[in-house]
Amino acid sequence: MELTVESLVFLLFSLITLGGGLLVVTTRNLFHGALFLMLSLFGVAGLFVLLTAPFLAGIQVVVYIGAIAILIIFAIMLTPQVTTTQPTNSQWIAALVVAVVLFALLASVVTPILSELGAEGWGASFTEKNPPPVPEDSIVELGSAFVDPERFMLPFEVASILLMAALVGAVMLVRPTPDEEEDAAPPEVSERALVESQE
Amino acid sequence: MVPLYMYLLVAAGLFSIGLYGVLSRRNAIAILMSIELMLNAANINLVAFWRYGQPANVSGQAFAAFVFVVAAAEVAVGLALIINIYRRRRSVVAEDVDLLKW
Amino acid sequence: MTDFLIDIGFSRDLAVLVAKTLGVFALAMIGLVWTIFLIWVERKVAGRFQDRLGPNRAGPFGLVQSFADAIKIILKEDIMHSGVDRWVFNIAPLLSVMAVLLLWVVIPFTPTLIGVDLSIGVLYLFAVGSLSSVAILMAGWGSNNKFALMGAFRAVAQLISYEVPMALTMLVPVVLTGSMSTQDVVFGQHVWYVFAVPLTLLIFIIASMAELGRAPFDILEAESELVAGYQVEYSGFKFGLFYVGEFLHAFTVGVVMAVLFFGGWRGPFAEDVPLLGFFYLLIKSFIGYFVVLWIRMTVPRVRVDQMLDLGWKFLVPLSLVNLLVVALVWKIIPGTDTIDSFGDALVPSLVLLVVNIVMILGVGALLREQGRRDRQRLEAKRAALEPAEAAPASAGR
Repeated sequence: MELTVESLVFLLFSLITLGGGLLVVTTRNLFHGALFLMLSLFGVAGLFVLLTAPFLAGIQVVVYIGAIAILIIFAIMLTPQVTTTQPTNSQWIAALVVAVVLFALLASVVTPILSELGAEGWGASFTEKNPPPVPEDSIVELGSAFVDPERFMLPFEVASILLMAALVGAVMLVRPTPDEEEDAAPPEVSERALVESQE
Repeated sequence: MVPLYMYLLVAAGLFSIGLYGVLSRRNAIAILMSIELMLNAANINLVAFWRYGQPANVSGQAFAAFVFVVAAAEVAVGLALIINIYRRRRSVVAEDVDLLKW
Repeated sequence: MTDFLIDIGFSRDLAVLVAKTLGVFALAMIGLVWTIFLIWVERKVAGRFQDRLGPNRAGPFGLVQSFADAIKIILKEDIMHSGVDRWVFNIAPLLSVMAVLLLWVVIPFTPTLIGVDLSIGVLYLFAVGSLSSVAILMAGWGSNNKFALMGAFRAVAQLISYEVPMALTMLVPVVLTGSMSTQDVVFGQHVWYVFAVPLTLLIFIIASMAELGRAPFDILEAESELVAGYQVEYSGFKFGLFYVGEFLHAFTVGVVMAVLFFGGWRGPFAEDVPLLGFFYLLIKSFIGYFVVLWIRMTVPRVRVDQMLDLGWKFLVPLSLVNLLVVALVWKIIPGTDTIDSFGDALVPSLVLLVVNIVMILGVGALLREQGRRDRQRLEAKRAALEPAEAAPASAGR
């Protein structure tokens, strides 16, 4: 791999992504884990920019970092067990083995390592270096693809229904039960005071 | 430009890290965070193939956008479930939710 | 700059990198130093609104006051109590200032001078704005103080509630221009968008003031009630950084308002003399900043549940309907695909203006109706109480 500014930037963002990911799964403190998740997702946004998909990079920052990660932090706060004595469960060694084996398998398939070592017919080494250029108005094209009945209008509408279902479902799931609402109700205030306060 | 397999390698690495997190963490929210890592790895894969394969066809970017939508919906409902479990059982450790185990 | 560097022997890549880095430094320095001037402006204007003079002792017209304040805050002791999460605590103010400085990258100062002409300029503005909520959460958590944490939650709830109307209103100039790049938005404003979609500007001002944490939405810091909300454990230079970030954000919102709605650098002879365009942008953003200060100094603080109600139950549906109506009208009017001059843009803008005025009147009528019903309900309650009140009073006598 030649040493250009672009490959250096790619290296930087890959390190941020993978390093953040590693820290997410190994840290003891959950809040730090959420912050490292934000770092890793920011690295992914950088990779999207390198891949000339600026719209997806912007959406990544808005949706993942600005909403999902904050939602995760809120959930961490609402379920306080932040510093656990033992972050990993009893089968972590098997998990490590599985993850490493999977990575080795995937790496052998996508990189040209195996064909260099002589084993033919196993990998589909994707050594494409000079991709065709991206058309200028790809964002406009993406927008019109989403509302084109012959392309992505149906998935777009189904996605919006899915989001509405998730919204309603999440709100219904965390509504306080009637007993909890009784406990949380404010103490009795006289009617007069209520009327006075609303003027 | 950077060869395609480097991006795929990064995506594979992120996916494996997320897999390790899902299988080995005790806290349910940590498991959810690892699932997010796996979804992001899939996204990197999609966009890399779109860029190096057929950048004129926006289906790659549209697919990735739909993955965003699904991830957001899943995280919202998943966290609502976890908060509910916490209210009833006072614990978010995944091993403690074992009423249906034999 | 790039050419000069290439001439003295740098390779092409390295020359671009060095030139861009110098540009980044220049923009960041100018942004931070400008804040000192802004603080002076704010204190003078606030003083005048409150019928007093503002600082006028340090230097002529009090101009040196901000420098004195900056020096004082740098020299203050930096208290880090026990139990504080060092990395998180220290990075939070930096992130807060970073989120504001990053906004300046896509502002078009003149027809040719812009940090980076991103094709997703408006989306970038919105994305970077959502980074400030991360900084607030880090500040609240790192302080190891449950009141700071609760303050941080309230602040983040307010910020994410008002991101939705802000995004929906920032999309309206994008619909009217057909491109998300900020330079294109300015180029497309042959008729300033404030004259075409005033309702959108109103919603944007309200949503931005809530995003800033400025009165009437300053329950975030509420100096007289909560001490300082999520910033309560910060002292010295770190608090100064939060302060700087907030003031610079207020001015940046004024600049963004000028770019999206008031035509940016547009004005007579702006294309021929770029410096004039920069001057126009400055004037327009100061007008926007002044409006923000004006509202801050005149309106009382809104309670946190009232603020959330306003955001979700009023502004979100209103901005959604606004976006839908504007998009629909823009599609129906013929000839809006190619607008190249003032004449082309006049008729569609007038139609949009009429539709907007109808919407404003409609919203006003709805609010009046709601207010009348609330008043009637209150009167009915008071009337129901009167006979009950009279009986015990006479019995007691």
